[in-house]
Amino acid sequence: MRLHIELPGLSLKNPIMPASGCFGFGEEFAKLYDLSILGGIMIKAATGEARFGNETPRVAETAQGMLNAIGLQNPGVDAIVEAKLAFLAKFDTEIIANVAGSTPEEYIHVAREMSADPCVKALELNISCPNVKCGGMQFGTDPLMAAELTRLVKAASTKPVYVKLSPNVTSITEMARAVEAAGADGITMINTLVGMRIDITTGQPILANRIGGLSGPAIKPVAIRMVYEVAQAVNIPIIGMGGVRTVDDVLEFIYAGASAVAVGTANFENPYVCQEIIEALPGRLDELGIDHILDVRGKAYEQVVSRA
Amino acid sequence: MRQRATILSNREIAKATMEMKVRIGDATIAPGTFFHVKTSELLRRPLSVANVEADVVTFLYKVVGTGTAELATRRAGDELDVLGPLGNGFPLAKDGKRVVLVGGGIGVPPLYYTRRMLAARGIETVAILGFDSEASVFYEDEFRELGETIITTVDGTYGEMGFVTGPLARIDADVLFSCGPEPMLKAVAASHINERYISIENRMGCGIGACFACVCKAPDGYVKVCSDGPVFRAEEVTL
Repeated sequence: MRLHIELPGLSLKNPIMPASGCFGFGEEFAKLYDLSILGGIMIKAATGEARFGNETPRVAETAQGMLNAIGLQNPGVDAIVEAKLAFLAKFDTEIIANVAGSTPEEYIHVAREMSADPCVKALELNISCPNVKCGGMQFGTDPLMAAELTRLVKAASTKPVYVKLSPNVTSITEMARAVEAAGADGITMINTLVGMRIDITTGQPILANRIGGLSGPAIKPVAIRMVYEVAQAVNIPIIGMGGVRTVDDVLEFIYAGASAVAVGTANFENPYVCQEIIEALPGRLDELGIDHILDVRGKAYEQVVSRA
Repeated sequence: MRQRATILSNREIAKATMEMKVRIGDATIAPGTFFHVKTSELLRRPLSVANVEADVVTFLYKVVGTGTAELATRRAGDELDVLGPLGNGFPLAKDGKRVVLVGGGIGVPPLYYTRRMLAARGIETVAILGFDSEASVFYEDEFRELGETIITTVDGTYGEMGFVTGPLARIDADVLFSCGPEPMLKAVAASHINERYISIENRMGCGIGACFACVCKAPDGYVKVCSDGPVFRAEEVTL
């Protein structure tokens, strides 16, 4: 029980869940290990209709990171509910459905359909995808638009709503406060940082979409700093993510103020990474003399106060 | 699926082209499939299977960036973190048919193992291997042991001058298996051979079908190169 965590809508047997977009709908990973060991699964973003996404190349490697510009490719909310959720219902893990769209109406439609499925325990409102022309990040970089969309999706959803914040803003705490005031039940953070790589043999960007979202270990310090700031600015729980690949990375996010942690890009490097982190957690807590993992939540800023 | 293979040898066999042999645990490996190999870089590198002898797998890879450059420094005895075999390979049940194998550059390797497996079934094959220049040619003797082999070089320094499409035009075969750069695949996909299979390369993320990085357009939407392919019937994809 030292790993068990209760969050709005979610009863997590441990704080580890694969991040949206890095795990598909679980089918490929289910061939490698039992998905029921996971605290939860943040499934790939759903839009109202099927989307093909961007042209290829869609990925480019960077120092300790990668850029991606998939472009929200998915089969559409109806196909996801019908085929993908039916598959995921077989597993004893909490499903968090990532909701995306180009217009408020599309977000509302997807949120309504997704939250109606008994398999879905919470929604993750995606206002931070940097790789689509309409919607996505434009909703996530303006606090007024983010708040309005949060209100609309909250009203449409029968399940708790976690808002996924974009790091591509001047003040992350302003965004967090705006969505909290609009009724968000929790925050997931951070989405990718907008970046670019250029192929010097052609002089052109490597990604067909030109820009993409940077993820991987390279962004972890940015994510930790932002979780640390937001945890002190709001009273709703945070699911932290950004460059997590080891058990110590997980603890770093908890110390910064997160209540659970998502693992993204590391699933590509090592498809067994979530399983390995979950198995390693109890031993690491023993070594550090921690009883329940959340005993150290937010200790990074609390200790600053006690040291003064 | 993920295992620590032991490197037995790793040597340069042509210009910027390495041959690595590794000992791998139990696995049935179909020709045309690949392993996703961990290097010092973040993402794995998909390496096609060039040969399998008992529990020894041969990879032939080109040094093109930091990941493959690091791989080239590995020595016999080192461990290699591999995921696989992944993907779907060439269909071998072509008894009674004549198969032409068309490879370009670093697309040649999977065709060697494929040709060995076809030969083991008694299927007649002819190979056309295209390279940019004499210094880049590899595995010519190995291919010749298995049957008629035509080499082309773009600059004419070895074999026939020009592209693989030159000799292909005069070949009489029922089935085509091909792997190589996209312009070459486009050309052979449109060739006169009745049954055409091509192996596609693309930048991959996960290698198992979850991330949607390596998609390719298809007449009815898209296919994922890593998990639906990398081998497709020419009609299944839109290059």
